[in-house]
Amino acid sequence: MTEQRRVVVTGLGATTPVGGTAPQTWEAVLAGRSGARTMPFEWVQQYELPVTFAATIHTDPGEVLSKVEVRRNDPSGQYALIASREAWADAGEPDVDPLRLAACIGTGIGGVWTLLNAWDTLREKGPRRVFPLAVPMLMPNTSSAPVSLDRGARAGAHTPVSACASGLEAMAYAADMIRDGRADIAVAGGTEAAVHPLPIAGFAAMQALSTRNDAPEKASRPYDTGRDGFVLGEGAAVIVLEEYEAAKARGATIYAEIGGVGMSSDSHHIAAPEPEGAGASRAMVEAVERAGLTPKDIVHVNAHATSTPVGDVAESNAIRRAFGDDTDGMPVSATKSMTGHLLGAAGALEGVLTILALHHRIAPATINLDDFDPAIKLDVVHGEARKLPAGDIAALNNSFGFGGHNVAVVFTSV
Amino acid sequence: MAQSEQEILEGLAEIVNEETGLDTESVQTEKSFTDDLDIDSLSMMTIVVNAEEKFGVRIPDDEVKNLKTVGDAVSFIAKNQS
Repeated sequence: MTEQRRVVVTGLGATTPVGGTAPQTWEAVLAGRSGARTMPFEWVQQYELPVTFAATIHTDPGEVLSKVEVRRNDPSGQYALIASREAWADAGEPDVDPLRLAACIGTGIGGVWTLLNAWDTLREKGPRRVFPLAVPMLMPNTSSAPVSLDRGARAGAHTPVSACASGLEAMAYAADMIRDGRADIAVAGGTEAAVHPLPIAGFAAMQALSTRNDAPEKASRPYDTGRDGFVLGEGAAVIVLEEYEAAKARGATIYAEIGGVGMSSDSHHIAAPEPEGAGASRAMVEAVERAGLTPKDIVHVNAHATSTPVGDVAESNAIRRAFGDDTDGMPVSATKSMTGHLLGAAGALEGVLTILALHHRIAPATINLDDFDPAIKLDVVHGEARKLPAGDIAALNNSFGFGGHNVAVVFTSV
Repeated sequence: MAQSEQEILEGLAEIVNEETGLDTESVQTEKSFTDDLDIDSLSMMTIVVNAEEKFGVRIPDDEVKNLKTVGDAVSFIAKNQS
């Protein structure tokens, strides 16, 4: 067997609640700015939604895309296009055979706006008025398919769907494609555009959302005793992954390497995490082992940490279960405190933030952590960002989803 | 309140522009929807439905295949407007 192909990150893109680009998003996260705001939409009052705020997109896609692109893509596809174009430009538009280029963009929910608008049109105006692109715009792969078309990617277009783990799973899938020799370059990440009354009503019915309507920017508070649920966010984050030797040969900027990927499933409950974190810890251990590392090598964790009372404790248990005493002094950041929870794009966005933390050697501070929950047994970065050490370092990104999906990826410095 | 063929052409050009991004000036009567304007069948259906709404006509599905050029569509709409 020949030596295993290495996979590196050479481009970053993001459109999020705190910035229209990856650098803007990183800058906002380092500055501790929240993307949560009161929703200005009339449907909030119309449906008397119990939650009146969300981490809505910072930059309207209409400012970036053409009118026709906006018309022909569900918002989730629009966000994916914006982030993937930024990542591709950031990678220096590598010259690649289309047959060796893949597009892997995950999503949790898919084209929910298109689906429900088309349903309204059908009921109000009849079948002839339903937009002919309704089906291709509502299918979940309306995330990866437009990106594949836009980029000319012909090695494969894939849409992992694993709720809030989708975005990181897509990155992991793309890394596997390159390792296995099925592609040389991939654009990979996640997208979500579900700030819509129906998902809000559904998540609220589960008691999953924060109801801190009077102070949206204080609502996402992972690890704080006052946390009462997650803050719904939207947007997309995409990276360019590339085979290491080729990236080096063309002189690309290499942000990080995909060290190892771990995945598992809880088979415990359709929505609740397994409280002892057995499944999640298996994913983390596997990621570290596949990277050829030990827990001592992990100098930073970007946690899933959604700010739900149960989930944050379960993840803390899982991390301790995976790494034991090595967890002490392992700086953990919960960036959802600023960005909100982007569902199927969350893991991708946190992947980008983990990569940037490694690249700039700084772990961002978690905001809104005023009263640390003693049930959390982690070294959480808060107050101010923390410098990461020089030399070869590695960071872990966790992403979990309803359905018991656990994905962990170890990124390493190059 | 039938419109002149020129008014229909202008209205149709706006619909095509909205759907495809093509300049309204490029939508001329002799232009073929598929060969010149590169409009696929899905976009054509959107244009047809929007034209029905805008001009108050019904364009049966069977008729759509006969509308090869912009001029064909303008004539059909002019003839069928009440």
